[in-house]
Amino acid sequence: MQVALMVPCYIDMFYPHVGIATLELLERLGVDVVYPTEQTCCGQPMANSGCYAEAQATEEHCARVFGSFDCVVTASGSCTHHIRNKFTAGADTPEKQNLVRNTYDLVEFLHDVLKIREFPWAIFEHKVALHTSCSAIRGLNMASMSERVHDPVFSKPKALLSGVPGIEFVEFERVDECCGFGGTFAVTEEAVSAKMGYDKLAFMQKASPECIVSSDMSCLMHLQGCARRQKQDIPFYHLAEILNGVSL
Amino acid sequence: MSGVVDQARNAETFLADTVHEERLDKLLWAMRLRRDAAARQVPEWEELRTLASEIKEHTLSNLSQYLIQFEARATANGMIVHWARDAHEHNQIVYDILAEQGANSLVKSKSMLTEECELRPFLERRGVRVTETDLGERIQQLDDQPPGHIVGPAIHKTTQDVATLFSQKYGSDPRNLDAAYLAGVMRENTRPDILNAPAGMTGANFVVAETGAIVVATNEGNADLSAHTPPLHICSVGIEKIIPTTESLAVFIRLLTRSATGDKITQYTSMFRGPRKGAVMHVILVDNGRSSRLGMKRFWHSLKCIRCAACMNTCPVYRRSGGLSYGSTYMGPIGIIMMPTFEIRKYSELPFASTLNGSCTNVCPVKIDIHEQIYGWREVMEENGQIQVVKKEAMRVADEVLSHPTLYRIATTALSTALEVLPHFAVYNRLNSWAKHRDVPEAATETFHEWYRNNRLHTNEEVRRG
Amino acid sequence: MNSTQALSRNTILDSVRANQPATQPMPTIPHFHTNQPADLVTTFCESIARMAGVVVTDLLNEDVPDLDSFLRAKFPDAKVFCSAIPEYAGTIKPASLNHWSEASTIDICILRSPMGVAETGSILLSDIELQVNTIAFLAHDLVVLLDPKQIVENIHDAYEHPYFKLRPYSVLMTGPSGSGDISGITVHPAQGVKTLTVILFPAQHAGQRSG
Repeated sequence: MQVALMVPCYIDMFYPHVGIATLELLERLGVDVVYPTEQTCCGQPMANSGCYAEAQATEEHCARVFGSFDCVVTASGSCTHHIRNKFTAGADTPEKQNLVRNTYDLVEFLHDVLKIREFPWAIFEHKVALHTSCSAIRGLNMASMSERVHDPVFSKPKALLSGVPGIEFVEFERVDECCGFGGTFAVTEEAVSAKMGYDKLAFMQKASPECIVSSDMSCLMHLQGCARRQKQDIPFYHLAEILNGVSL
Repeated sequence: MSGVVDQARNAETFLADTVHEERLDKLLWAMRLRRDAAARQVPEWEELRTLASEIKEHTLSNLSQYLIQFEARATANGMIVHWARDAHEHNQIVYDILAEQGANSLVKSKSMLTEECELRPFLERRGVRVTETDLGERIQQLDDQPPGHIVGPAIHKTTQDVATLFSQKYGSDPRNLDAAYLAGVMRENTRPDILNAPAGMTGANFVVAETGAIVVATNEGNADLSAHTPPLHICSVGIEKIIPTTESLAVFIRLLTRSATGDKITQYTSMFRGPRKGAVMHVILVDNGRSSRLGMKRFWHSLKCIRCAACMNTCPVYRRSGGLSYGSTYMGPIGIIMMPTFEIRKYSELPFASTLNGSCTNVCPVKIDIHEQIYGWREVMEENGQIQVVKKEAMRVADEVLSHPTLYRIATTALSTALEVLPHFAVYNRLNSWAKHRDVPEAATETFHEWYRNNRLHTNEEVRRG
Repeated sequence: MNSTQALSRNTILDSVRANQPATQPMPTIPHFHTNQPADLVTTFCESIARMAGVVVTDLLNEDVPDLDSFLRAKFPDAKVFCSAIPEYAGTIKPASLNHWSEASTIDICILRSPMGVAETGSILLSDIELQVNTIAFLAHDLVVLLDPKQIVENIHDAYEHPYFKLRPYSVLMTGPSGSGDISGITVHPAQGVKTLTVILFPAQHAGQRSG
């Protein structure tokens, strides 16, 4: 089975090392990965703004690029959520339907498809504040949510990261409160967005982590922006980097 | 017609007041945690939510039948039933009932519907003195401010704010910050109004069709007083509040207060099925856009709302914006999906006051898909031409670039312009707003695409599509 | 109904009928009884205590309750005791109130409730027990007798009581009046009674002694 790697536009531009880590990790696991070079974006920024008509061409292009693969993996919960649950701006072609069915977030792919739990080439003897995005939790069911008090507690990102020797997780308050990114919300409601980011960092910092990790780079982009403005130099890592064996 | 509510700017103003913002955020998050604790004690919590949702969906899909049944039973019980097509008709009916009895003053308990209809200014302009008896509503009435939260109308005020206000209006001690003292001040000052009022008004949390009953849940006892002391009791209720049976009422009573405050029930859960001897009871069934909303395929589920405010308490945006920032009768997540049905232009920005995180949907006791409706309203705003032209144009440009790989590559290799192209930053008039409180991410020295071309294409087949 | 009202009624009903979605079924509602119900009295006491209600169980040991001594000891400053129960005379009865507003002169009001709810710590009252509806709200303090055998498990059970289909007024009362409207701080009282005391005592002893 060949896996097509989807690298979200903001990772392509600002965090290519996350794309590289994702690719290398999949290769380490013996996956036959290709990177379709014509890819651009999944259309989420326009669709989330209500601009459906303005997302159509982008979504159709995305379906054309990826629609013939049996498996598409992307290191982004928000892109996966958009494709799986909200990909309706473009024409309903067999390619599009295929893409919707076959797209996985990296965490889902590792946890549910490959069923990997150990990463013996990695070591990370550090305290981690793990952030899971709202898309991942409430859109993709990748972790339990605090609102549903009777559900068994689980977290696929945490289960994967636990397979890295030495890793420790710190507990912090309001663990699944939104970080405040929210796509265009980050600029249209800048003041609230920034306050949410500042608050999330404060709760995390109270638990004294050595770094902050997430499987969603968009959240980290926002949190890192907030942290650097406050002169906090705590490092931020994407989950793919940790699993791939990055050192602090 | 008023202009567009700029919720973002109002939120920014609220946030600048760190004392009030941080207090409200902590207080309401604590309320959310109390809700969680209460839900944990009920093993069948999720099943109750599903039942509540299904009961409401059944009722709303058979609403005409249940309205007729309620009217017949209530009338047989001795209530006088009225129908109001809109807010103005509602207000006129109330005034006419009062005028017929020669009543020029009214005591009332909390009713969001009467806020929606702007009843108080209507009556006051016609010489009727209105006294709110709910503590939070009274505080807001004295301060000439609308309610900021549908369960705790004055929850955004500190104890000092209330003490200062009461000292101005009631002559009480502005330095006494004991909440019990302040509640006592209000009680003393409103008690004479209650005892002497010729008319009392309540809302209703639920209306039971089978028995012709209205149900009111309060902690203060003020609704019962407003109903029992005057010889005239008027109850106003939206047509969507109907439920079929007393048996179904139990499901909602078990969910309502736990969702709202974490208590199992309110101090007074009262049922009125008719006037007491020698008194008169009127019920006004109000439409005011509800029947139209019933026909909106994507949005009619918002009519299931039982006004618990759990969505507001959990919403990270509401807690940091304050309820008044929405400029609307109903605020927070439920407000976002209801208010555009009243005035689409005025509230066209509200659907963007959300990160679509989905917490609201998962605390809603009647399982309204709130965050999905918020997303749906964004599309409606765009279709209706309510989105600012500059933003729409920016999105069009983004779509053009992002659907053409060559254009995209050109745009992203010119790294200094990457920020202008990236759709997340393509917004209307706030191009530099990301950088106000956050550092901007550094553009990488080479994109992933370039790295792949330089490091991998000689080992892999290049995959062409398109 | 006048012609304007008829028009409004028909307009609304027509609009509802035109817009209401395809009918969806009414679900069956279970009673959610626990398989091993805990002692209902204990649950009732815990629930009402959370809402600042007070429960008195001491009198359960007596064959005949000495309500007069109990009430005078608990409320030493009270003068006007309004009794709505046959087993206690009090200083006045609800029937002696000429006007509902006179209920505000009552210090202590004593009633019997026909049902308690363990889940929430609520007691049921209706116009039958109250006789004058305002006495439960305008009196300073409220004392309610409740037979422990008449405590039901939960709210589903509670709403089966015939009062909810028959009486013009009924209320599930849970603790004294209160409010959290000022800074979320719970205070008692708000507009209603200052304290609510529930005395657990069987109903069959009614009439054996008056105070």
